[in-house]
Amino acid sequence: MTNIWEVHETNKMIEQENLDVRTITLGISLMDCIDSDLERLNQKIYDKITATARNLVSVGAQIEQDYCIPIVNKRISVTPIALVGSAACHRKEDFVTVAKTLDAAAKEVGVNFIGGYSALVSKGMTRGDELLIRSIPEALKVTDLVCSSVNLGSTKTGINMDAVRLMGEMIKETAERTKEHDSMGCSKLVVFCNAPDDNPFMAGAFHGVTEADAIINVGVSGPGVVKTALSKVRGENFEVLCETIKKTAFKITRVGQLVAQEASRRLGIPFGIIDLSLAPTPAVGDSVAEILEEIGLEYAGAPGTTAALALLNDQVKKGGVMASSYVGGLSGAFIPVSEDQGMIDAVKAGALTLEKLEAMTCVCSVGLDMIAIPGDTSASSISGVIADEMAIGMVNQKTTAVRIIPVIGKGVGETAEFGGLLGYAPIMPVNASSCEAFIKRGGRIPAPIHSFKN
Amino acid sequence: MEKKADRVIITVVGKDTVGIIAKVCTYLSNNRINVLDISQTIVQDFFNMMMIADIGSSSKPFDICSKELAQIGQEIGVAVKCQREEIFDKMHRI
Repeated sequence: MTNIWEVHETNKMIEQENLDVRTITLGISLMDCIDSDLERLNQKIYDKITATARNLVSVGAQIEQDYCIPIVNKRISVTPIALVGSAACHRKEDFVTVAKTLDAAAKEVGVNFIGGYSALVSKGMTRGDELLIRSIPEALKVTDLVCSSVNLGSTKTGINMDAVRLMGEMIKETAERTKEHDSMGCSKLVVFCNAPDDNPFMAGAFHGVTEADAIINVGVSGPGVVKTALSKVRGENFEVLCETIKKTAFKITRVGQLVAQEASRRLGIPFGIIDLSLAPTPAVGDSVAEILEEIGLEYAGAPGTTAALALLNDQVKKGGVMASSYVGGLSGAFIPVSEDQGMIDAVKAGALTLEKLEAMTCVCSVGLDMIAIPGDTSASSISGVIADEMAIGMVNQKTTAVRIIPVIGKGVGETAEFGGLLGYAPIMPVNASSCEAFIKRGGRIPAPIHSFKN
Repeated sequence: MEKKADRVIITVVGKDTVGIIAKVCTYLSNNRINVLDISQTIVQDFFNMMMIADIGSSSKPFDICSKELAQIGQEIGVAVKCQREEIFDKMHRI
């Protein structure tokens, strides 16, 4: 029977250590909405989303009340729009109408974000893919809740460098179009290598083509809980450290599993996966960087950071995998700069650089995330940063991503303000040497040798 | 035997004062909620009480009970929280 100490522990996690379920994301397939008539396409998309997600927000609120556990976000992901829209969209403006439809449907059902304004171009781009990509800056300017992602490479296919070059330009243009809000449009745009089909986290969520008609994916959180648990084992050896992380990850994930199963049962939609990622927020005590500090680093970015992050990520998975029947998505520690107070402090103290962050992405999901860079950074340099990150994902057979914000009109030493869960970010310097000739080459980087396993 | 899904955990946390248990229990009995177990302790100088209750034959639905209990707590200056038991079961049992 439940005892008072267990109740006390759980409620302390929720009340004092920021334990929450970060998101319930409802994945919806739009494959059956495909139509060659643009108006009909938009209508079908709107109808399908609003019908399927009608009860998502109210069921989420019900579960919150039943267990007294906050569910911070309720979100929707849809089939990549490049696939759904290519039969009807012949100009980039046509794709923008679909973005507006997604935005309107998301607002109607009351979710925080809708993801899937996406294209999968890891090997090549269709005409529809390219049109969608070129429409991203406008789509993100005229909508509030739409998130966009583009998969630029994979271990199996190599890296599509034409698309990498194009995305450098599109990120720059998106920044330009939303410059009055510190180029915030770029916070809703992410590029991937090895993008997962069932990721519940934004901005990169989309509903993969291998998924069922509708599915519930849940992202748990809880950096604060891990940090508090570690504060009790200061000075102990690595065995104790790792066991503590593992046990804590187990507990956190079990809550996610419960919420996922309940949401699935109450909505009558199958349960997909739990994403085990440790997702920070700008709130004090809800930081991955603070866990790294608790492990023994003065700041995130100090020598030893990559090793500490590697063990953290691994132990979270080891604990989490046993707690859930299906694990998927990104599942790792997130290291966004703007959404994590400890990371912001580390950048301000000069301890954390773009290069160190890149090294850290080799051992954890997801990649260079929510990093503000000077607005005058060239499109080719952005493409270069993307190419580096894609190469890490391709060679290591893992997901990597780039969500970088060239803040127009601001430079190193200044701060970009995004507000809410997105936080604020000190602008970080980018290596000023040019990679233009490299990016200009065109074509694609072939798949690595270890992809030939057949 | 009560169904597991009907079991809720009611926690009361706050400064100790006269009549906390009486108030909460009166509410429960008025609404035909059966108390299965009570334990209490002091954590960091705060009064902590936990009740396991069965709302299977309650006259009111869970969400109403939860709100009304929280309100009673406010009146006597303690935090009263009502949660379904599964969350503790899941987190602490393999």
